[in-house]
Amino acid sequence: MFDFLEGYDVLGAFWMTVKLTVLSAVGSLIWGTLLAGMRVSPVPLMRGFGTAYVNIVRNIPLTVIIVFTSLGLADIFGVTMGAADNFDVQGFRLAVLGFTAYTAAFVCEAIRSGINTVPLGQAEAARAIGLNFSQTLRLIVLPQAFRAVINPLANVLIALTKNTTVAAAIGVAEAAALMKTMIENEAQTLAIGAVFAFGFVVLTLPTGLFLGWLAKRLAVKR
Amino acid sequence: MSSVLYDTPGPRAKRRNVLLSVVFTLLLLLTLWWVWQKMDDKNQLEWNLWEPFTTGEAWTTYLLPGLGNTLKAAAISMVIALPLGAVFGIARMSDHAWVRGVAGTVVEFFRSIPVLLLMLFANEFYVRSSMGISSEERPLYAVVTGLVLYNASVLAEVVRAGILSLPKGQTEAAYAVGLRKGQTMTSILLPQAVTVMLPAIVSQLVVIVKDTALGGVMLGFTELLNSRSTLAANYANVIPSFIVVGIVFIVVNFLLTSFASWLEQRLRRSKKSTGAVIGDDPAEINPAAVRGTYGTGENAGGGF
Repeated sequence: MFDFLEGYDVLGAFWMTVKLTVLSAVGSLIWGTLLAGMRVSPVPLMRGFGTAYVNIVRNIPLTVIIVFTSLGLADIFGVTMGAADNFDVQGFRLAVLGFTAYTAAFVCEAIRSGINTVPLGQAEAARAIGLNFSQTLRLIVLPQAFRAVINPLANVLIALTKNTTVAAAIGVAEAAALMKTMIENEAQTLAIGAVFAFGFVVLTLPTGLFLGWLAKRLAVKR
Repeated sequence: MSSVLYDTPGPRAKRRNVLLSVVFTLLLLLTLWWVWQKMDDKNQLEWNLWEPFTTGEAWTTYLLPGLGNTLKAAAISMVIALPLGAVFGIARMSDHAWVRGVAGTVVEFFRSIPVLLLMLFANEFYVRSSMGISSEERPLYAVVTGLVLYNASVLAEVVRAGILSLPKGQTEAAYAVGLRKGQTMTSILLPQAVTVMLPAIVSQLVVIVKDTALGGVMLGFTELLNSRSTLAANYANVIPSFIVVGIVFIVVNFLLTSFASWLEQRLRRSKKSTGAVIGDDPAEINPAAVRGTYGTGENAGGGF
C-alpha cells in the first residue's frame, strides 16, 4: 500500500525539518532573550531598537525574509555563511539565519509578557538589597519569567516547526519540498498528503503536550 | 513597567547609560556603514535602480496589481474562513459528544499542519480534479483553499474562546426568558462574542496577508512577492525591490495591527461591552486559559 514511498527519502526530509527547527529554536531563544532584555533596559536607545526590530520583523512575511536571505544576502551581498562551494549547506544555514531573525521577534514578545507576570515587589526587593539592573533581570526576574512563558514559547516553537516548510522556497530539501516533488510525480496524492500531514502531527503534538505538562509543573504558584 | 526594574538614574547610572548609548550607537552605525558599503560595492545604490519607484511605472505595472492580488486572496480567505470557523467553534461546544469529537479532531488536525502543505496539496488536487479551474486561476484557488482550511480552524478556537468569555448569566437569562439553545446562540451569544473577538480577527488578517506570500513563491500566484521578482528581472534591482516590497508589507500589516489594538482598547473601555477581549495573538489561546478570561470585566453581566 505504501509502495509509493520507495525511492523517496521521507525520513531524511523530516530529519532536515527537525534540524532546521532545533537550530533555529536555539538561535531565536538566545536572540529573542537579548531583544527582550533590550526592550526593558534603562537605555532608551536600546529600548527603541528592540521595539523597532520587533515591529518591523513581525510584519514582514517569513517568506519574504527567507527568499531575501537567498536572493539578497547570498547572491548580491555574498553572505555565504561559510559554505560558498556547497549550495545545500549554504541554503540550510541561510534558512536557519532567516528563521532565527523572524522567530526571535515572537520569542521576545513572549518573554516580555512573562516579565510582566513577575510581581512588582520582586524587582523592588531585588533593588532594595542592592542588585543593579542586569543582576535583577538575570537572577530574579528572568528565571521566573521563563517559567511563566513556557506555554507561549511552546506555541512559538510549534509555529516555527510548521514555518520551517518555507525553507522549501529556497531549495532546502525538507518535508514540504519533498511532498511537492512526490505529489507531482506519483498518482496517490491523497496518501502522500496523509503521510506528510501525519509527520507534522507527530512532530508538533508531542511537543505541545510535553511543554504543556512542563509549564504546569514549573509554573510559579502565587 | 520597565521602570520597576531600575531606579531613577543617579549620577553614576546616568553616566553608565550615556556610555552604553554611545557604544550601542557606534555598533549600530558600524553595522549600517557596513551594509551601506556592501550595497555600494554591489552597485545597489545607483539611482537608476531606485528611480522606477519614484515614477509610478513600477507601481502601476507590478507592485499595485501584486498588492491587489495579495489583499484579494486575504479578503476572500477571511470571508470564507470566518463563517466556517464559527460553525466549527460552536460545534466544538456541542452537547453531543460525536459532534464535539469530529469538530475537535478536524480543528486540531488542520491547526497542526503547515499552511504550505495545504496549499501544495490543494494545488495538486485542482490539477487532477475535473472542476474546470483554468491554470491561470488555479494558484488563487489553491492559496485561498490552503488559507481557509488553516485559518478556519484557528478562528474556530477564537470563536470558542469568545463565546466562553461571555458571562454565564447571559445564557441563564436567555433560558429564563424561554429561548431555545439555538436561539440563545444566534441571538444572544454570537453577536456579543463577535465584538469580543473583533481584535483577534483583525490581527488574524495580518497572518493571512503574510501567508499569501507563500503562494507567490511555491505556486506562482502573482501576489506582491511574486511581482517583485518580475520587477527585479526588469530593472535588475534586487535589493531595492526587496526593500520596497518589505516596506509595503510592513505598512499594510502595521496598519492592521494598530487598528486591532485600537479596537481592543476601545472595547475594553466601552461601558456597554462585558470588557472581555481576546488577546491580540490567537496563537496564544490555549484551552486551559480560555476559561481564565471569563468575567474579566468589572461590570460583567451588567451589559443589558
